[in-house]
Parts: sequence; structure tokens; C-alpha cells
Amino acid sequence: MKKYTYTEKKDTRSGFGAGLHEAGKRNENVVALCADLVGSLKMDAFIKDFPERFVQVGIAEANMMGIAAGMTIGGKIPFTGTFANFSTGRVYDQIRQSIAYSGKNVKICASHAGLTLGEDGATHQILEDIGLMKMLPGMVVINPCDYNQTKAATLAIMEHQGPVYLRFGRPVIPVFTPEDQKFEIGKAWMVNEGKDVTIIATGHMVWRAIEAGEKLAELGIDAEIINIHTIKPLDEEAVLKSVKKTGCVVTCEEHNKFGGLGESVSRLLVTEYLVPQEFVAVNDSFGESGTPDQLMTKYKLDPVDIVAAAQKAISRRDKK
Amino acid sequence: MMKHTISELEDIASQVRRDCLRMVHAVQSGHPGASLGCADFFTALYFEVMNHDPKFNMDGKGEDLFFLSNGHISPVWYSVLARSGYFPLSELATFRKLDSRLQGHPTTHEGLPGVRVASGSLGQGLSVAVGAALTKKLNGDKSIVYSLQGDGELQEGQNWEAFMFAPFHKVDNLIASIDYNGQQIDGPTEKVLSLENLQAKFEAFGWHVITSDGNDMAEITKALHYAKSLTGKGKPILNLMSTQMGYGVDFMVGTHKWHGSAPSDDQLKTALDQIKQTAGDY
Repeated sequence: MKKYTYTEKKDTRSGFGAGLHEAGKRNENVVALCADLVGSLKMDAFIKDFPERFVQVGIAEANMMGIAAGMTIGGKIPFTGTFANFSTGRVYDQIRQSIAYSGKNVKICASHAGLTLGEDGATHQILEDIGLMKMLPGMVVINPCDYNQTKAATLAIMEHQGPVYLRFGRPVIPVFTPEDQKFEIGKAWMVNEGKDVTIIATGHMVWRAIEAGEKLAELGIDAEIINIHTIKPLDEEAVLKSVKKTGCVVTCEEHNKFGGLGESVSRLLVTEYLVPQEFVAVNDSFGESGTPDQLMTKYKLDPVDIVAAAQKAISRRDKK
Repeated sequence: MMKHTISELEDIASQVRRDCLRMVHAVQSGHPGASLGCADFFTALYFEVMNHDPKFNMDGKGEDLFFLSNGHISPVWYSVLARSGYFPLSELATFRKLDSRLQGHPTTHEGLPGVRVASGSLGQGLSVAVGAALTKKLNGDKSIVYSLQGDGELQEGQNWEAFMFAPFHKVDNLIASIDYNGQQIDGPTEKVLSLENLQAKFEAFGWHVITSDGNDMAEITKALHYAKSLTGKGKPILNLMSTQMGYGVDFMVGTHKWHGSAPSDDQLKTALDQIKQTAGDY
């Protein structure tokens, strides 16, 4: 197992804030919109340096999505910022018609995704957003794994022509990817090469997959770990190459098991190369109040759950 | 200096009304009522008031832009776009048919020149127009953004987010018109969900409100020119435009019954007999 270390923990939303600020410096067409959550989205640096390119919309997310769509006409690249719940479910029809169907170059940037926003509870903990967004034709869906990757992803989506959903979160987590990485949309990142089981993880679950990989190594299981930061378009080649080697797979996401990364992988496997798959995901449930760690444990998204899923996937493969 | 006389504009609007009826009749689907009601407005806008380029460019820099929020009145927009030179007139015959660029509701998806955003699901167009107006300001582009919404559509909440936003942010390069015909699918707006005093509402939100008769070519043209003169003065402009659904056809006028119904062969003949052919049917 390749050794991963970190010197600090940071929140992925701060990676977005840093990326947005840098994007603003690099391209004068970048504009940012926010629905009364500037501090939570870490947009302060952008606003300080580019006040004329920032639009405070107030608590009116539907209007924000429409304004963002309109701002693309004339060449602006709008980045919208609010919580994941209010970035997707609340404004699905606005995104569907005014952005996705209309092919608008809007970057929908969503913080506080998943359970790990913690104490606010289920009203704010959307676990359905990946599914909602990946079903929209032409929508790119990205869920980076740490601060550095989120910053790099924010810059990468600026260069991409078309609508993007960028999902990130609130808690501080280890920063373990390189600071000046090149982020390639749709390209999986090989975390660890292994031969016994493929572990595919996205977002906050990638570090947990690494921790699981270390535990599996102690058990003599050599796990291949892949960071799928881009859920759509899925790097099908990387997934197939890995499962052809290992013969079984575990998918890990801070999302409902319905509609997420796991189902995207299943669709690929069923049509191309069928192997046993286990899901580490929320089991068709809403969240609740609690600390992020408590919630991840209760909803079975801990490294120990990944280990158990890997063992089960291996045993199903071997029974065949 | 007018580009056309009022009489010339009325002739164009007459031909546009014929197009609307023939398009909807041909596929036995679509929305003739408010298309007829807004024919004068669209004609005034595209043939007289707006500075626009039929050699369509999505970004529309340096030209006025128009956004249709109540996308179901696509027949009137398609007719006016075609007759302004955005695409061949013959293409009107493809309306609502398979593989057409003239979808039931307007969209950018098939690349129809003149359309800059999809509409159909109601209540979204004003927000988009506001966004386009903001970009024009950022680009130092002095041209104007126009939009049209139905009145029944104002029951959608997103509109009021946009109505609140635009005055606060001094979006004064925007002229939003309301097709105030008092009708919607299930009946008169007064009975479905009353809009009450719209003028007072818009004024309370901080818009500069003007009223106009959208079925009087001289008046709507004058009103839009006046609206234009009000731009750049710190407030968005709202044109509360009274129209009659089905205007121009005696058995269609003033009722919601022709909101989304197509005329039969006989009804089409009766209707066309009342509307002068002035520029040749497509």
C-alpha cells in the first residue's frame, strides 16, 4: 500500500474559495454569484479583489440560476455558490431548462454536500444531488477529494465549455493530493495499485478508502484504490481496466446508494464486464443532526465499513 | 425617425397572425390565443424598436436582446423571427414536427437563430433577462434587454425574486413587458388566482411602470420608444401591456378557450378570412 501522509487538514470549500479567487485573476470573464452564503462558500477573497464581478442575489436560488444562465450571454463564466441542497433539488427545473437544456456555461458550485455538514440535520444534508445532476444531459459532475483537488477542479471547470456541477463540503479533512496538480475532467486518479479488490471512491470518501486500504493491507489484501473525482463523464476505461484485474469492486460515496457513483459503476459493469460490486453509501435514508464523525459512523461510511464491503466483494467473487 | 409607418407595421402584424394560425392548424397543436394577442408587440419590437442583427450571434454584443419567458407563444415569435430574416420563412412549416428547429417551446438546443435560452416551464425568463442585462453592463455594452412574460405566469414565485432583484441592483437597461390579457388555461386570472393590482405591486418593488395597449400598433410602438427613453436612469422599466387573447379573430378574442387549442379546417378558413394577407403566406 502506497503511503499517504498529510501535514494539515482543510475543508474542500476553502479549496473552492481559493480556486475561485485564482480563476478570477486568470480570467476577467469569471463572475461569481451567491445566495446569502458568502462566508460558508469562502468567496470573500474573490469579492474583495473583484467586487464588480460579484453578484449578491439574496436568498433566491431560483433567480440566481436564471441570472447565471443569462450572464453567459455576452461571454461571462458564472460560478454560483450555495449549499448543495439549494444548488440542486431546490432549483432543479431552473437548472434543467435555463442551464442544461439551454447549454449554458454555468458552474454550479455546491458546498455542504452530504452528511458531513453535521448538526444542521437532514434539511441541509442532501444525499441525492449527484443523482439529480448526473441525469441531466450534458452536465459534468465533479466531487473532488481534498482542498488541493477542489482548488484544481475549480480552475479546470473554468476552462471547460458547458454546465458543471462541482460538489464539495464543510468539514476539515486531510490534504493529501499535490498542491499544483493538473486536474483533468473525466480522468480517474490512481491512488494505489493493487490486485485483490478495486475500491472506487469519490469526495470525502477517498481518504477513508486510503485508511481502509491500509487496514486491508494488514489483513493481507492488496486493494486497488481509485479516486473518481468526475462522476460524469465516468472514466470507464480506468474502472474496467481495474475490475478486469481484481474481479470485484467496492464503490464509496457520501450519497444515497440510489443514483450515485455506485450506480454509474454498476451500469458500466452490467453492460461491459460483470463483477461483484458492494456499495458503501447511505442506505436510502435522510440524514440527521450530529457531528460529522458520528454521522459517518452511524450511516456506515467509515473505513471499517469499506473493509467489510471489500471482504464481502472478494468472497462473492471467490464463490463464483 | 420611424423605420416603418404604423400602417406598414400593422400589415406585418396581420401577416404574422396568419402565420400563427396556419402553423398551429397544420399540426393541430400549439397556442394561438396569446400568439395572436402579442402579434402587435412582437412586430413593433422586431421591426421598429429593437436594434438587432438577424445574422444571429448568441452573445449578442452591441445589439438589443429579447427573451420570451412564456415560451408557449412560440408561433408568434417564430413568425416574427422568420420574417425578420433569422431563418427561412419556409421553416415555419416544420413547427412542432419531428427534427424541426421550431420546437413546441423555444429552445437553443436545435440551434434556432434568434433564441438565446429555452423557455416553456414558466417563470424563468425574467431572471435570465436580468442576467443578460448585468453582463451588458459589465461589458460596457449600452444596448437594451427586452423580455416578455404572460400575466398568469406571474403566479410563479421566481418572478418575484427577479422583480425584487432588478431595482435593487439598478438594472436599468432592462424593459420587461407583461402580456396582461387576464386569461390563463383554467380561466380568467381573476378566478384562478387573482393578480390584484399589478401596477401597484411593480411600483412597490421599485420598477418604473408604464402602461400600454398592446393591440394598438401606434400606441405600443410609442410606449416601447418611451420605455427606451427611460433606460439608464437607475430603474428597470416595466411595460404593463394590456392585450386581448385571440385578438384579430372574432370567435377567438377575449377568452382563455383558445389558449392552447388549434382551429379546425373550417375555423381556420373563417379566421383567415378576417385577417388580411399582406406579405404572402409561408
